[in-house]
Formats: sequence, C-alpha cells, structure tokens
Amino acid sequence: MWRYLIPIGLFGALLAFFYLGLGRDQQTLPSPLIGKPAPAFELPRVDDPSRTVSSQEFAGRPYLLNVWGTWCPGCRQEHDVLLDIARRTVVPIIGLDWKDDLELAQRWLRELGDPYAVTAFDSEGRVAIDWGVYGAPETFLVDAAGRIVHKHVGPLTIDIWEEEFMPKIAATGSANE
Amino acid sequence: MSAELGHFALILAFCLTLPQAFFGLAGAAWRRPQWMALSRRAAAGHFVFMAVAFACLSYVFYVNDFSVLYVAHNSNSELPTFYRFAAVWGAHEGSLMLWLLLQSLWTLAVVAFSRSLPVTLTARVLGVLALLSAGFALFTLMTSNPFERLWPAAMEGRDLNPLLQDPGLVVHPPMQYTGYVGMSVPFAFAVAAMLEGKLDSLWARWVRPWATAAWVFLTIGITLGSWWAYYELGWGGWWFWDPVENASFMPWLIGAALIHSLAATEKRGLFKSWTLLLAISGFSLSVLGTFLVRSGIIESVHAFANDPERGMFILIFLGCCSGAALALYAWRAPLFRSSAGFAPVSRESFLLLNNVLLVAATLLILLGTLYPMFLDALNLGRISVGPPYFTLAFMIPMLPLAFLLAPGMHASWKRASFERHKKLLAILLALAALLALLVPTLVYGWRSVLTVVGLTAALWIVLSSLIEPIERLRKGHSLSAGVLGMCVAHLGVGLFIVGAVTVESWSQEKDISLSPGESAEVAGFRFDMVGLRNVSGPNYEAVESEIAISRDGEQVAVVRPQKRTYRVQTMPMTEAGIDNDWNRHLLVSMGEPLGDGAWSLRLQYKPMVRFIWLGAFVMAFGGVIAIFDRRYRQRVRSEATSPAAADASTA
Repeated sequence: MWRYLIPIGLFGALLAFFYLGLGRDQQTLPSPLIGKPAPAFELPRVDDPSRTVSSQEFAGRPYLLNVWGTWCPGCRQEHDVLLDIARRTVVPIIGLDWKDDLELAQRWLRELGDPYAVTAFDSEGRVAIDWGVYGAPETFLVDAAGRIVHKHVGPLTIDIWEEEFMPKIAATGSANE
Repeated sequence: MSAELGHFALILAFCLTLPQAFFGLAGAAWRRPQWMALSRRAAAGHFVFMAVAFACLSYVFYVNDFSVLYVAHNSNSELPTFYRFAAVWGAHEGSLMLWLLLQSLWTLAVVAFSRSLPVTLTARVLGVLALLSAGFALFTLMTSNPFERLWPAAMEGRDLNPLLQDPGLVVHPPMQYTGYVGMSVPFAFAVAAMLEGKLDSLWARWVRPWATAAWVFLTIGITLGSWWAYYELGWGGWWFWDPVENASFMPWLIGAALIHSLAATEKRGLFKSWTLLLAISGFSLSVLGTFLVRSGIIESVHAFANDPERGMFILIFLGCCSGAALALYAWRAPLFRSSAGFAPVSRESFLLLNNVLLVAATLLILLGTLYPMFLDALNLGRISVGPPYFTLAFMIPMLPLAFLLAPGMHASWKRASFERHKKLLAILLALAALLALLVPTLVYGWRSVLTVVGLTAALWIVLSSLIEPIERLRKGHSLSAGVLGMCVAHLGVGLFIVGAVTVESWSQEKDISLSPGESAEVAGFRFDMVGLRNVSGPNYEAVESEIAISRDGEQVAVVRPQKRTYRVQTMPMTEAGIDNDWNRHLLVSMGEPLGDGAWSLRLQYKPMVRFIWLGAFVMAFGGVIAIFDRRYRQRVRSEATSPAAADASTA
C-alpha cells in the first residue's frame, strides 16, 4: 500500500533540492587562488609603455587589482564606482588592462578619469591567466602579505565594496595610504 | 500595433484554456455531453488565438521592428529573412511561444483524431492539456512576454547568436519541442485514466500512437541537434552529454520504454503501474528539462536564461503538474493491479527487462546531470560531471539491452519457447560475431574486445530485424504496419550502434599548423592547404581556406572551411569543411591564425559516422510506420470489445 507513495515522495525530495539550488548563486565561481600568494607580474604601464610596473612595488600593503578593458561594457558600468572608491583612499587600485588597444585605453583613462594608482598593460593576457581571470570586469583584493583574499566577478557596486571588500580590508589590518 | 495584437491574442488564448479545462473535466465528471463539446470548441479557439499571436511575433521579426524588445535582442537588419523566422524561437521568450503553439497544435490533433474514443476520456484529456497550456501561458505572460516594447526603439538589433544562424536551427528546435510537448498527450491520457478510475487494454491501444508520435518527434529533434552540433561546431563530436542534451535524451528513453510498456498493457493488461509512471515521468522530464535550462541552476553552454525568478515559476509548475499526477497515482494505482501471469522467459519478461534497463539508464543520466547541483546545494563543493561518467553509466544498462533486443523481438507472449527461431537466431548471432570480428579488423585494424562485442550486438539486431518481414513476405502473408514499424525501428537501432561504435573506436584526428603549400596526413588521406582568401557574407566576414584531399595520389575532394566573424556580435565562428561519403567523413576546421598565412587546423577522419544519424532516422521512420497500423483507426463498437487478435503473436 505505502509503496504507491514512493514516487511522489522521491519527487518531493527532488523538488526540495531544486528549491535549494535556485537560491544559490551560480555565478560565484570560487577562485582556487583565494588564500594563495598573488602571482607576480611585470608589465608595461598604460600611461608610459616605456616604463614597467611590477607587483613588487606594492608588497607590504593591501591593494585592489581591477581587470578591465575598453571593449567591456561592464567595465564602463563600474568605472564611476571605481572613481568613487579611489576617492575614499582606502587602498590603492591597480588596473590590469586586459587584451586591449593601448591608445584606446589611454583615451579611456583620459576622458573618463583614472581611478588607478597605475595601470598595467596586459596585451597578451598572460598575467590574467595567471590570476585565473574568468572575465572582465573582475576585482581582486590582495592583503599586505601578498595573498589573494577575495575576488569579485562582474561590475563592482558601492554595496559590494562595502559589504564584501571593506570587512576583509579591515580584517587584514587596515591600511591607509 | 502588431505586437499589441499579438499580446492581446496571447491573453485571449490563455483565457480560453480556462473553459477548456473546466468544461472538459467537469463535463466528464458530471456526464454533461454539451459541456464536453464546449471543451472541444474552446480548444479549437485556443489554437486560433495562439496561431494569431505566433503570427504576430513572426511578423514583427519579418519587418525587423526594433521597438519590440525581443526583436531588438535577437535580430538585425542584416540578418537574412530566413533566419529572422528562426530568430522567433532563438531565445527564451520566443521559445515559450513555440512551446505554446505546439501545445495547442497537439491539443487540436487530439480533438481531431479522437472520434473513436469515449467522449468522457477525450474530454478529460483535453481538460488536462488545457491546464498545462494555462500554466505555460501564464508563465509567458507574467515573466517572459515577447511582446514587450522597447522605448525609445533601438536603432539596430543585437543580431541572432551566430551559432544559431544555420538551416539546422530552423528545423531542430521545432522538432524537439514538438516531441517535448507531445509527451504531454500520454501524460494527459494517464491522468484522465486515473481520474476515471479505469485503465484497460483499450486505453493502452488508444495511447500507443500518441506516445509513438511524440517519441518520433523527439528522435528527429535529437538527431538533428546532434548532427547540427557536429557540423556546426566542427570539433567532430556528435554527443557531449551536456545538461541540455541530457534533458532531451531522458524523455526519449522514457518514451521508448513507454511505447514498449504500452504493448504489454494493451496485449495482456500488464505493467499498468509501469505505464502510468512512465507516462507521467516522460512529460515531467520534458518540463524538468525546461526548468534546468532556464533557471540558471545548471551551467551549460546551451542555457537559455539565467533567471531564478523564472526558475521558481517553472519549479512551481513542475511541482503542481507532476505532483498532482503522482498524488493521483498514489490514490488510484491500487485499483489497477493486474492478475495475469507470465513465464520467466516470455515476451512480457523481455519487456519488463526493457523497462528496467531503460529506466536505469535514465536515472543514471539524471543523477549525473543533477549531481553537481546536489553537491552544491549541500555545500559539498563544485564539481562537473562529464563524458567519462556518462559514457560508462549509459553503457552498463545498454549493452545487455542491445543483446536482449534480438531474442526479445521473437519471443511470444506468456511463454516463449523460441521454437521457430531458436536455430536461426543462434546462426545469426554467430554470423554477427564473425563479421564484427573480421570486417572492421581487416578494414581499420584491431581495437578492443568491447568494440567487437558492441558490433556483434549491432549486427545481430540488424540481421534478426529482417527475419519477420522476410518470413512473412515469403509465405505470402500480409505484414501489418505495427510489425513492419517495429522491425524497421529496431533495424535503425542496430545501424545506430554500428555507427557509434565504429566512430568512437576508429576515428583519427590531428591538430596541426599549415601554411599555403603545406600538407599533412591523416588515416591515409593527404590534406593539402592550397590557399586562403577573404570572403564576405550577408552579415559576416570570413577567411576561407581551400584544402585539397587526396588518397594515393588521386584527388578525393576539395573542402572550404571558413572562420567567420559576424559583424554585429563579433563572435568568431568556425564553419567546418566536410567531405562526406557513405562510410566516412573527412573534416577540416580552422583554429587560429598563427601569422605568415599559417593557420592551426584540426583534421579529422570519422569512419561510418553517417550511420549514427541514419540509424536514428530509420528508428523514427519505423515509428511513423507503426503509427499507421489499421487497428488504431478502428472505431470502438462497444467498450467491452477486446482488442483484435489479428496479429496477436507479435507487436
């Protein structure tokens, strides 16, 4: 008699799982690099390609690495947010200009404003691969010890900055410039 | 204006499902012929308005009205007219319109072809179908309205995804959806039977052609999808065990089980519970598939939409329709116990094994598809499940099933003695094994024991499928459509297995960089890169390379693969150059330019790959033949009549 209830019982369990699954954010791709040392890089600077910028220059203090490109609409969206964050001078923002055109990038920063302490020009995308970049825009938080503590995929908003990044910055022993 | 007309027509179509449902179900419950007749009229009206709505949507695509949001997202002024029609179902909202249209068409078909069925049964079926249409229409109107306006209108559209700009796209989704939606008919019949409290051989006979028809469309849809992916993506793969592919394959497996289970229910009143559950599961899996690819719950290249809100709606819908059906089952199934028995070796036992193995395969595929989601929901991490699992999981039940096919076809009801065919089947098995061992080894070289085993099963199926037709024709007996259809369909299964096993065992490929003037060799064929040139298409720019293929110095073919960049979406697309012959394909696809005119190319040799799709189409053809068996078109004289015994021994 009770065995006729088995199908609907199993089905109910399946539905429950789906319900749980819906609530989860499929977009958060956990970065395998969280907690690991940030990959070192040395790249030409966007503002002056004859000079280079290297990750060594920022050793010893926390910073944000923001991956962007002039071809990326989400980056245009978050640009004003970045300017806002830069104005608050909590941590420096390093830009990683990914697979872009140098002239377009320079014009972008000139016309829209430059929230970055310095922008590295990753034309071939090798550094992005090292950092496990999924797509632009993507922002990494590196702590004073040089470890990646947090990653956010997609355009930043002030809410994400305040809820996800600020607590982690405070936790690593905050740094004012 | 057309968009608003279409929107209004859609609303009216939704409204008409309500009387269709009410008068159908209440009319049957309270035995009111006029109400039941009204239900049929409502169904016809619903179809008319759905057709108008769909026509309006097609029209706004035809004229490229970019003030309609959906058109702006999926069309472009440079998009060829042909693909503008295909763009109607190229994304989520439009695909729902297609679903609704097809649901209304299947409903209309039930109205048209149910003259010989009892009125109350038909009325209940229409009632259930109306509820399904209502659910989907509500979903469309509330969360996925294709008629939404964009103001100010876009200057230009975002263009149809280049992957979808192909003749295959025009045919594959409609066929696929016809199959998915078609599974709702046996579902409705099952619910109707449970509501009526009556499930007998007659019911099974009426449902069989509907189940077969839905299954046929699923077969065609899946085959076209596989074929299209093969030549469009150019990687030489024909099945990737992608969640969406699995979502289409599971209803197909269940549909196949259902058709066979119905045979036992029709002939001997057995397996009623199986049949009910299979009918319910078939459609549930169709809706589940819809849920999976639109809710964002599973990552897939195929995923239509990534919207938890829509996902919730479909989840609720799935819960309601399948939950209600399963609740009905829990209530009514005890009524449907059958008392007939059968010997351990009999047609019935083969069919039972068939049910078990097909359902096992389906559950294993379902497990693999949902496993990542389960783990994630339980916070156990993120993994992905791919071909290594699926291939193994699928083979485990399917290999035994392949060997059961040949004897199963010739087993008689109640007790199978195989008197007539024992010797013949044994001889054919030996012959199949011999051919499977010698022929491929001589042509391609030794591969593995599994390969020989697979080919043996395939050839045994092919040979034994021919026994019945040949015997009957020789004796001058007539061959009913049902029996012929069965033999043809099983023959198709054999051909399919031949193709699949050969391709997976002996295909060769090479990734290599070639410049004009250079050549490479694969499987005894020489591929010469003759030259490169730029080509302009209606909405794309391409680099085309000319590859001359020769064997032993003689030219075999010239193929022209392209690497296209579509102007609007700037997506690079590979068009493979394929030379096809009955027993092999040669594919060339272009990778990346490496500078100085050199390109990375993938060269592939695919032996017997055509048999994969040929076998599948033959399967579908067999199903079509079976649908036209005369006994499905006989009028019911009285409900007490037992099924005609003309072909009692088989089918």
